[in-house]
Amino acid sequence: MRSTGKLSLWLLLTPFALWIVLLVLLPHVQMLRVSFQVRESWDTLAFGVEQYRNFFTESYYWRTFLRTGVMSLFTTLITLLIAFPVAWYIARLARGRAKGWLFLACLVPFWASELVRTYGWMILLRESGLFSAALQGLGWVDGPVEMLYNDVAVIVGLVYNGLLFMVVPLVTTLEGMDDNLVEAGYDLGGGHVTVMREIVVPWAMPGIVSGCIVVFMLTLGSYLTPILMGGKDSAWFTGQIFTQFITRFNWEQGAALGVLLLVLSSLIVWLGLKLTGQSLRKVMG
Amino acid sequence: MIRSVPRSRWFNGLYLAYLVAFFLYLALPLVVTAAFAFNDAPFPSLPWKGATLDWFIADGSEGRTGFFHDSGLLAALWVSVKIAFWVTLVSVALGCGNAVLFERLDFRGKEFLYLLLLLPLVIPGVILGVSILVFYSGMANEVARAWAVELDLFRPGTPLVVMGQVSFITTLSTLVIAARLRKFNPQLEEAALNLGATPLVAWFTVTLPWLLPAIFGAAAMAFLMSFENFNTTVMLTGSDTPLTVALFNRLREGSTPVLNAAALVLMVASALLAALVLRRGSGSNA
Repeated sequence: MRSTGKLSLWLLLTPFALWIVLLVLLPHVQMLRVSFQVRESWDTLAFGVEQYRNFFTESYYWRTFLRTGVMSLFTTLITLLIAFPVAWYIARLARGRAKGWLFLACLVPFWASELVRTYGWMILLRESGLFSAALQGLGWVDGPVEMLYNDVAVIVGLVYNGLLFMVVPLVTTLEGMDDNLVEAGYDLGGGHVTVMREIVVPWAMPGIVSGCIVVFMLTLGSYLTPILMGGKDSAWFTGQIFTQFITRFNWEQGAALGVLLLVLSSLIVWLGLKLTGQSLRKVMG
Repeated sequence: MIRSVPRSRWFNGLYLAYLVAFFLYLALPLVVTAAFAFNDAPFPSLPWKGATLDWFIADGSEGRTGFFHDSGLLAALWVSVKIAFWVTLVSVALGCGNAVLFERLDFRGKEFLYLLLLLPLVIPGVILGVSILVFYSGMANEVARAWAVELDLFRPGTPLVVMGQVSFITTLSTLVIAARLRKFNPQLEEAALNLGATPLVAWFTVTLPWLLPAIFGAAAMAFLMSFENFNTTVMLTGSDTPLTVALFNRLREGSTPVLNAAALVLMVASALLAALVLRRGSGSNA
């Protein structure tokens, strides 16, 4: 029995190890290595930090980097604020069939790909789009209005893309809460704000953190929405990574930018977990 | 805020209005995209010029080529299906193994390996794609330079896209299957063993049937995620572009109702797939 246990352990461990090492760990180690390689001539490489120096000296890089980070945090916050009342209604107030249908309604847009969703927003917001036509029809504006190609449009699209990943974990945690807890809060003299702050939010924290992490990651790493909906001035960091790799064939610079994005995302996820006292296993597993 | 706590009427009204606005916000882009697939005009915008099916079935003879006659998009669709098939197969197989590994076995370093399992969820998709490009394509370059052997498998193209997508979809399928395995009563398997089944027979006759709904669910999810993925795919695709990348390239040239038609076909297909899984899932849980 012991030997079959050992055997099955190895049989199951091997594919896991192959997957994680060949598809995740080694590629990232190599990306880190390449980011420190400086091309001296066409076939010689040396160790150096030139790519990272470029990042800090070219304001275009680090400005975009900061912008992407700040806008991703902002998007995550807005998504949380929009999703929470909806999740609350689905988890606590809706009953029976309505509950199932509302939850399903939140899922439906995510059976369409990100491209389709972004395209829908483009049709709505652009100069010849529906909103512009509606405003003209109401007589509120004289000519066509361009609502696409600015930061607000980008955030509208990004929030839309993140909603599901916020609603689902929130509903899951809020469903597990006992009504008695909330009642006790009111009975003990708490107002709406106190009950919210002292009972509901602490209870929902695992769901809030897991939703925020996923939405933040998705937003930070998104490429489609900012590229298609953003204007000339709203560059996104992933767009710069793409440019280095695919347009300029400057892999060393692209790898450095990739490492920086990875560091930023890991740092913020780690900070989020630390500040809220959660663990990755608890919120993601 | 909860049912037993009274709320004022205007609060209720406001809350309801908010919910209606929210679901309108959710539905609007999709409804509009779908509607303009039928507009009899060369550009997906108002005014409405009447309904037509041209953007699906026109064969190009009158200057319009519908989605089902657009050879470029159809080829891309086929590439997407091939990629999604392989990704589903590999990631679900890996997911089954991983689920058993983490739910049923105990070994040293399990906690650490579990964190590694979750790692792809906190790496942005673009970075997963880029790192695989750097590692494998770079390796192909080195090999070509040193030994003049071409490793086409590792050049940007379908195999590399499959690898990139498997890297994170495996985690998701593992979590789905592991969640079901956690609810399994090990005594059932022990009973089978007591009744004389070998471990392998017990696995295939007792445990696997229990896992089947989760396996189907994970497969459908893997297929959808692979089909719709853009961020990882765009970094790894070669000349044979999958559908999302092909649509993206078209969209940058300018939008036509053919894109709406393609989007609608995609939406309907994924909704059907999802409905099938939901039906199956609810049927077997009962």
